[in-house]
Amino acid sequence: MNRILIFGATSAIAAAAARLWVARGARVHLVGRSPAKLEALQQDLQVRAGGGAAAISARSADLDRLADLPALLDEAWAALGGGVDVVLIAQGTLPDQAACEASLDETLAQLHTNGVAVVALCTLLAQRLAPGSALAVITSVAGDRGRQSNYVYGAAKGLVSRFLQGLRNRLAPRDIAVVDIRPGFVDTPMTASIAKKGALWAQPTAVARGIVAAVDRRDDIVYLPAIWRLIMAIITSIPEKIFKKLKL
Amino acid sequence: MKHAKAWGRLPGVGEARQRPWGDRHAALPTEAGPRIAHGLGRSYGDVALNPGGELLMTRGLDRFIHFDRAQGVLRAEAGVSLDEVLALVMPAGWFVAVTPGSRYVSLGGCVANDVHGKNHARAGSFGHHVRAFELLRSDGSRQVCRPGDADGRFEATVGGLGLTGLITWVEIQLIPIRRPWMAVVQRRFASLDAYWDLDESLAAHHDYTVAWVDCLRGGRGLYSAADFAGHDAPQAEPGPGRRRVPLEPPISLVNGLSVSAFNLAYYHLPRPAFSLQPALKYFYPLDGLADWNRIYGRRGFYQYQCVLPRPAMKEASRALFDRIGRAGSGSFLAVFKTFGERPPAGLLSFPRAGATLALDFPNQGAASHRLFAELDAVVREAGGALYPAKDARMSADMFRAGYPALDAFRAHVDPAFSSGFWRRVADEAPSFPQPA
Ligand SMILES: Cc1cc2nc3c(=O)[nH]c(=O)nc-3n(C[C@H](O)[C@H](O)[C@H](O)COP(=O)(O)OP(=O)(O)OC[C@H]3O[C@@H](n4cnc5c(N)ncnc54)[C@H](O)[C@@H]3O)c2cc1C
Repeated sequence: MNRILIFGATSAIAAAAARLWVARGARVHLVGRSPAKLEALQQDLQVRAGGGAAAISARSADLDRLADLPALLDEAWAALGGGVDVVLIAQGTLPDQAACEASLDETLAQLHTNGVAVVALCTLLAQRLAPGSALAVITSVAGDRGRQSNYVYGAAKGLVSRFLQGLRNRLAPRDIAVVDIRPGFVDTPMTASIAKKGALWAQPTAVARGIVAAVDRRDDIVYLPAIWRLIMAIITSIPEKIFKKLKL
Repeated sequence: MKHAKAWGRLPGVGEARQRPWGDRHAALPTEAGPRIAHGLGRSYGDVALNPGGELLMTRGLDRFIHFDRAQGVLRAEAGVSLDEVLALVMPAGWFVAVTPGSRYVSLGGCVANDVHGKNHARAGSFGHHVRAFELLRSDGSRQVCRPGDADGRFEATVGGLGLTGLITWVEIQLIPIRRPWMAVVQRRFASLDAYWDLDESLAAHHDYTVAWVDCLRGGRGLYSAADFAGHDAPQAEPGPGRRRVPLEPPISLVNGLSVSAFNLAYYHLPRPAFSLQPALKYFYPLDGLADWNRIYGRRGFYQYQCVLPRPAMKEASRALFDRIGRAGSGSFLAVFKTFGERPPAGLLSFPRAGATLALDFPNQGAASHRLFAELDAVVREAGGALYPAKDARMSADMFRAGYPALDAFRAHVDPAFSSGFWRRVADEAPSFPQPA
């Protein structure tokens, strides 16, 4: 488990996970959107990795552009010496639900970034991953049930989760783990505009620790922190007749 | 919004908007200020607070940029903590050249307060080991500052209390160590005069020196002198444990009786004259107990730290101990040390040749303030100064008296930056609304 490929690498959760893997001596290839943030992360990991200049490589890319994905994977495989042990997909945006309701374009763009583009990446990765490797994807508890406050995001994440379920089923005989990571509220720049932060909010480093452990165990579905499994079990068991009247 | 608190946890400081800051390439916000950086909030008073304004929460600036393992030069973003620095550099045989008594402080905070350690006499302050930093100003400019640059911005920002703009990264020179262990020599002293004798004989031979003084009993105490150990020390270091003060007691656990008992026990505790201690335990005894500042209860506490310049230091320190002893409200942590002659690194740097005394006092309202006023008078008379990082109450007058370069400093203040501390002591009509 020494060659690690991360998409959406500059997200707070992915960056924290990358630090943990680097601390264990992993080689890492980073893909992210913002060149400046990516460079800052690459430098940080390079320092943590110690001397070896080969340890951390990076490429900035817009993962919405599906046509570019095969070349990105070629490059990643080459950078990691021809094989990949773990892939973490962490790209994503937090849509403004009201803006989506007012604009079809916005809705489709959000579904593309958070749903279609991730599914596209998983499809291509599934063609390349070797037995023994792991594909970990950050989805969300929001994908478990549509709610009026963020169902565009939830629908995209739900798409990914259901896709991963099928993929897991298909890849299991080849010993490729498909890990669906469902965080709850995480205190990151993505959620900085959300004013109140209470007891259910987790820190990115704690979530990252959960991800690294889940990949080690080759889990199927993990809720982070674990309490969300219980919360979502309750939320998904509320009959729709009642649920539709709730303001959630 | 979670209330940003300073280490002293004093109540009644108004709220500020908190803006997470994690991208060193980002431009400062364009909305009107006042704003100030807030690192790890280990300053006791209000230098990193900004009632009614905005705090740039710099902990997100937590990336390393470059580490030259051969030369011991580290460049890192300003929100990186000394704890993270040490985790990286100690295994490579390096240590920070100057460290305060907590490692949960940010590099930006160490620059802005120009912090000092137990080796001031040898090494000067933190700013003396800063090779460069980048300063981001509200006019959009970015500038790499180095010591001695013609515009003087380096010297204004070292010790500049965050008022000259936002520091995005810092480059420091580390010191080599052989083992992460300290060789520590300890001696009791029965009086202040005995302290000065010990200081004279031991400080000349050791890198780190500090004393604990029992103010309630006329200035007796414990002197400790230390150096990084050589090859005879163990190779590995035991990880320091961390305990936590579980909850905030409704009233302060620190009162005359407990302090008196503690000081008595501390003085008489059997101590080896010589011992080896893990470096992290030696430098950061309080970090082992997370949230220890909660023992002072809801009303919080004050720290009073002053420096007494050399000519007056002996007489003035005796006067301070007398007054504190008479007031009967002593302190667990009366830390006493002697600063060396090295000229200050910054315009508003606190350390200067002389003696420094730091004491914690539970907040007892008017009674505390009466005592502080008495202590202020002694410090002023001696030509000394109070430490802004520890202060929550000094007057504008007192600040001006202790910091003669204040007027030269003003020219470097970024107009969009201000803090609770600055509005309190800068003695200018505040350009921003004051909290009611
Ligand atoms: C247990 C303990 C022991 C201590 N021992 C010592 C000691 O021995 N010697 C000593 O000198 N101090 C000591 N201190 C004080 C501490 O070292 C200083 O207050 C230090 O500055 C705290 O760093 P911080 O990151 O918490 O900064 P904060 O308290 O958050 O901020 C301090 C100042 O730095 C500014 N600042 C922070 N980041 C930036 C940035 N990126 N750009 C511009 N300005 C910035 C803030 O605006 C503020 O003015 C001690 C504190 C504690 C709690």
